[in-house]
Amino acid sequence: MLELKNISYTVQDENTGRRQDILKDLDLTFADKSINVITGPNGSGKSTLIKLIMGFEKPTAGKVLFNGEDVTMLGVTERARRGFTIAFQQPVRFKGITVKNLLELASGKRMDRDDMCDCLSAVGLCARNYIDRAVDGTLSGGELKRIELAMAVAKGGELFLLDEPEAGIDLWSFEDLVKIFDRLRDKTVIIVSHQQRILETADKIFLFDRDKVSAAERGEDMFALLTRRPALCRRNVKENCYG
Amino acid sequence: MDKTDSELLETIADLHGIPEGSFNIRKNGKLMARNSTADIEIVPKKDKDGIDIIVKPGVVNKSVHIPVLLTVGDFKETVYNDFFIGEGADVTIIAGCGIHNDACGDAEHDGVHTFHLAKNAKVRYIERHYAAGDGTGKKSFDPVTNIYCEENASFTMESTQLGGVTSTVRKTYALLGKKAQLLVKEKILTDNEESAVTDFKVELKGEHSRADIVSRSVAKGRSVQNFGSDLVGLSECFGHVECDGILLGGARIISTPKIDAVSPEASLVHEAAVGKIAGEQLLKLMSLGLTEQEAENAVIKGFLN
Repeated sequence: MLELKNISYTVQDENTGRRQDILKDLDLTFADKSINVITGPNGSGKSTLIKLIMGFEKPTAGKVLFNGEDVTMLGVTERARRGFTIAFQQPVRFKGITVKNLLELASGKRMDRDDMCDCLSAVGLCARNYIDRAVDGTLSGGELKRIELAMAVAKGGELFLLDEPEAGIDLWSFEDLVKIFDRLRDKTVIIVSHQQRILETADKIFLFDRDKVSAAERGEDMFALLTRRPALCRRNVKENCYG
Repeated sequence: MDKTDSELLETIADLHGIPEGSFNIRKNGKLMARNSTADIEIVPKKDKDGIDIIVKPGVVNKSVHIPVLLTVGDFKETVYNDFFIGEGADVTIIAGCGIHNDACGDAEHDGVHTFHLAKNAKVRYIERHYAAGDGTGKKSFDPVTNIYCEENASFTMESTQLGGVTSTVRKTYALLGKKAQLLVKEKILTDNEESAVTDFKVELKGEHSRADIVSRSVAKGRSVQNFGSDLVGLSECFGHVECDGILLGGARIISTPKIDAVSPEASLVHEAAVGKIAGEQLLKLMSLGLTEQEAENAVIKGFLN
């Protein structure tokens, strides 16, 4: 179980010097064996929350507890070794490092073709065509995204953080993507997404707004939660257009 | 052959003892072993230090090893090796040099290699430079490689220097005839106070000739690398130079491109990128459970792979 207690994250504007709260006094709990989807407008702090959970950034206030242990001050490596696994929104490219290299680094062991085939076929890729390819600009955005997810599968873990896993993946492959979530149903999964098909897989949806987080569980009318707040869209437009 | 010799040979030429086929092994300025075959003849020069390697026309799928070992200090040599590759031949040439210098005097090997590729000939040239030893003496290589490709000939050069070399100045010149091709893959790692200078000059003389030079380098410590390339397009041709460098510590990499489209039909491209390892690369690997140091090593290993 992952618990976030009174989490705040504040940044300082480099130009104006003004302090801005990205997240403020956030209290959230993500249960074991649950798929949680975080959704909400741009700039509402969803990706920041993922970074705080993984340890890329430290909260300016509050605590992160994992299975009762305070991990707030632990670094990325320590969290990864405790079972935190992340798939980036924007996959990273590496000159010279192959898909096989990355899968082996992720799994922490040598992998044979069957092992790699298991991870890659889960994301709709054929191992034979990919294992020796470099994870660089020669791969398309969709291929990189799938390999990013395959790495998460290869690594395994207890807590999965998937930041917009559908980005760059064609609509025709959505069902394959949803199958990956099914494979992780015995873990704690936190997905940032805006896609209805992914929202439908959730046990719990968290709607991020700047001043509030609302949550709805399976069985409740999740979409009512979203449609109840049409002001979100209008406010976004207003802020972007008129500052 | 002692233990040091065996280790150097394995590092620079993947050899576990004396190879089969044609070879010439040189140690501390003297011949250690040589073998000519009917296909590839090795003839010592009479006027200066060095050998002629003559590959008969049509010889394919053969290789020749010409490693050089230096295991003493206070030693400097310049060796002239000329390669004559017959029409339609297709061979691999492995020409590594290893220095093990435990002395306080300097050890330096300068190989001047000149390749003459006849029509339709194909060469894969593997050159590995490596140095070790605890002495304060310098360990230096100043290789010169000249490549002359006739029509439709193809020369691939895989040049690797992965540590221990105090200083190196590497000069490569190529003249490409009609439809001739040059492919260079260079990998250099420097550390501490080491310096490496690489200088390529390629003249794309023949129509539809093609050159592709890819240099990947990692500079650590306070080492300095200086990469220079000069592509001259004299006809309808394609030339591409790519210099990628990773900087660590207080190291420095200087990349100087020059492309000269003498012919308006020439197409020449230069790309260069030098900088630290991207923070996101380290974070991604750390999120797989690697420490920062392990992540850095993995990025460098892949980059120089």
